[in-house]
Amino acid sequence: MAAVQETVDRVRRIDVDQYRYGFETLIESDKAPKGLSEDTVRFISAKKNEPAWMLEWRLEAYRRWLTMTEPKWARVDYPTIDYQDLYYYSAPKPKKTIGSLDEIDPEILETYKKLGIPLREVEVLEGVVRPEGERRIAVDAVFDSVSVATTFQKELKQAGVIFMPISEAIREHPELVRKYLGTVVPTSDNYFATLNSAVFSDGSFVYVPPGVRCPMELSTYFRINERNTGQFERTLIIADKGAYVSYLEGCTAPQRDENQLHAAVVELVTHDDAEIKYSTVQNWYPGNSEGKGGIYNFVTKRGDCRGNNSKISWTQVETGSAITWKYPSCILRGDNSRGEFYSIAISNGHQQVDSGTKMIHLGKNTTSRIISKGIAAGVSQNTYRGLVTAHRKATGARNFTACDSLLIGDKCGAHTVPYIEAKNSSALFEHEATTSKISEDVLFYCVQRGLSQEEAVGLVVNGFVKDVLQQLPMEFAVEAQKLISISLEGSVG
Amino acid sequence: MNVVLAKTETANATSDVIAVARDRLPGTGKVADLRRQALEAHQRLGLPHRRIEDWKYTDLRVLMREVLPLAAAPDAEALKRAAAALKLHAIAGVRRIVLVDGVFAPTLSETSDLGKDINIRTLREVLEAGDAALQAQLFAPDNSDAMVALNSAMMTDGIVIEVADNAAIALPLHIVHIASGAAPAAMFTRSLIRVGKHAGATLVESYIGAEGAKAYQVHDSLIVAIGDGARLDHVRLIEDSREAFNISSAVVTLGANAHFNTFGMNNGSLVSRYQAVISVAGEGSRVETNGVNLLNGRQHADTTLFLDHAVPNCSSREIFRAVVDDRGHSVFQGRIIVRPRAQKTDARMMTRALLLSDEAEADNKPELEIFADDVTCGHGATTGALDDSLLFYLRARGLSEKEAQALLIQAFVGEAIEQIANEALRELAISAAQRWLAARG
Repeated sequence: MAAVQETVDRVRRIDVDQYRYGFETLIESDKAPKGLSEDTVRFISAKKNEPAWMLEWRLEAYRRWLTMTEPKWARVDYPTIDYQDLYYYSAPKPKKTIGSLDEIDPEILETYKKLGIPLREVEVLEGVVRPEGERRIAVDAVFDSVSVATTFQKELKQAGVIFMPISEAIREHPELVRKYLGTVVPTSDNYFATLNSAVFSDGSFVYVPPGVRCPMELSTYFRINERNTGQFERTLIIADKGAYVSYLEGCTAPQRDENQLHAAVVELVTHDDAEIKYSTVQNWYPGNSEGKGGIYNFVTKRGDCRGNNSKISWTQVETGSAITWKYPSCILRGDNSRGEFYSIAISNGHQQVDSGTKMIHLGKNTTSRIISKGIAAGVSQNTYRGLVTAHRKATGARNFTACDSLLIGDKCGAHTVPYIEAKNSSALFEHEATTSKISEDVLFYCVQRGLSQEEAVGLVVNGFVKDVLQQLPMEFAVEAQKLISISLEGSVG
Repeated sequence: MNVVLAKTETANATSDVIAVARDRLPGTGKVADLRRQALEAHQRLGLPHRRIEDWKYTDLRVLMREVLPLAAAPDAEALKRAAAALKLHAIAGVRRIVLVDGVFAPTLSETSDLGKDINIRTLREVLEAGDAALQAQLFAPDNSDAMVALNSAMMTDGIVIEVADNAAIALPLHIVHIASGAAPAAMFTRSLIRVGKHAGATLVESYIGAEGAKAYQVHDSLIVAIGDGARLDHVRLIEDSREAFNISSAVVTLGANAHFNTFGMNNGSLVSRYQAVISVAGEGSRVETNGVNLLNGRQHADTTLFLDHAVPNCSSREIFRAVVDDRGHSVFQGRIIVRPRAQKTDARMMTRALLLSDEAEADNKPELEIFADDVTCGHGATTGALDDSLLFYLRARGLSEKEAQALLIQAFVGEAIEQIANEALRELAISAAQRWLAARG
């Protein structure tokens, strides 16, 4: 695209430096000693008052991790991470024992207010009564290594839904946690998942009992605040027979010069006829315009459609992080089960994204759909990497994949690396991918009708990602749309 | 990835193969040095296995296990068997150049009255007494791939063709690789074709086995240099014995406004791998790479293409079709890279696989790596069985199940075969496909 000097200057000024959530909350925190050893694992386990089996599980993962090597196959480039130079546990120091939600450190409340978590929820945090019938979202707020508040717990309990920090679930529902934890992403799965298994500190646990449609959207809001800490959260969601739950996840971090590690694991399990809809708006700090700082987002997300006719749907809007390494996957084990993956991955500045999905067809008549939209701007690299595979017994497996990339500027890169493996003749796979820039004609048309160059690009991009945005729950869609325009601001040139 | 593996028994066996063959490898001095480097590279890497990304679907440690000893130079008996095989696979209207067991066979070749526009020598000649630049060009392929390195270390013969500037060579050149021997052995060949500026030529390569030749190994490579404004039409036909291995590679470079039209058809050999690196180094050039795999039994065929767009205003098209029956396994890996300078690149790739049996397998990996923004690039991939409704339509019109299938399969592979520019060669590919379908019964 022809770059006007004015625009180029503007890009330089704005770029990724305008991250809105880069502030830091000054709060005293309680940390584990720096570095990673068996003692760190024991420390975290003790902090969480975990039963012995949990500690053993962690230690086993830790010992296995020591034998593993960091994966290097992704198209991302970063200096070697010193795993001994990190804090693996950091929790805000309680000013006094928290008896009720009102007693949360006002600093933290202020943080969440600033993050713009819908005010309604904050009202709940503060105990304000709201009118009946209004659409509600239950929130689990995770601050560094601990969950600071979980809303609507009582009401959810009435419906039979368990929604609580996983550390609490380990104590209160050990039978459920034990039954499912590590069954989708085993402790030996990959380097980062194994590390997570050893040191995960908090995260959300959701169990929706048979036949229950979760009465509200559940959501978790992750915030990394402390310096030099890694965040290792673990989420486990189980939808029992015929259950339905929609879960949202959001994340931000302060603006810092050093890189911070975030290695999460998310496990989803659906039984017969159940459905989980998992949406993410990932907005970790992406680093500044020189590529300094930002979060390394190395995440393992996997769903297991264990029952027949079950469904798992992943929707992600990836705008943040210096490096993203993330492949939310579906194991389609049950007959007629369905997996979906809708993704918008935007990279600007020096960001590197290597993301995609895996659809593993094992059961009969399983279907999957992948819609991936990658937008690369600045000097970023944006890779879609995906696997679609049909097992010998997966008769009637069906997949449709469309991954499109849009390049804005001539210094960025967009890549597509799909693996398509069919071992069953009745499997029907379709895959298409395109890469292009925004058509001059379309831009000209818009500009001619009075739109500025940036507005025109915004319009085209919004059209480009529409298929995915539509999959997001309403509140998130609005938020995501805003995010996309901010992420791309200044990229025209 | 952890590829630091202890030297396996296979690796030791390969060293033995090379040690035994040393006296028969042409070239001294610099050539011997380059061979040694290639050998070291191969020994360091060993046979490719599935942990090597480019060989993910073709694990030679499992499929091939070992490199066979170098085939003996053909004797009169071998040439006789080769001549018989040649008769069965003869193509009319071409200039034939034959390699038997990896060695040039002048008696079976037609290399007289070449005229001034074309120069044909053997690889042995060039490595022993050719000019240094040409020798260096013959060692251009990268040693980072274990099988290419092995080929560089072991190449014993091949054909070196030079087409003069502005020459239009009407008669297609046909290089035939024949395996004659009943004893399992390996042949290592490398050929080169240099097409001068504004020249045009057609090259056909076939791989066949004489009667009785079974589990042999073909290790071949081709170096192609197409000058500015020149054009090369290229067709590969793999009709090796059903127990043979064919591990081939090609390195192609195009100048400006050049045109390369290539097509590969594979319905022979037990395990085959063809990897081509095509670099478009001059503006305004065009590449069409197309291919068809027709597999059954336990055949395994891997086509790995790497198209490198380094300059602006070039276009490329890839159309690939695989028909897989029984327990066949077809692999297609196509990678297109568009480098930062290569604006206005138009690159398309379409790969489709048709699975005819429940035990057949097709793996597709179409990759795009784009570093320039003003481009249109796309790829598509589909995998599936024959469309039931189409079959029904044809059955309702009185065709038998097999006839209906054959018709649909023919149409399916036809999309790739149609891309062959030379009409006679196109007919050749069509008849090969028809033979395969007829043999299906």
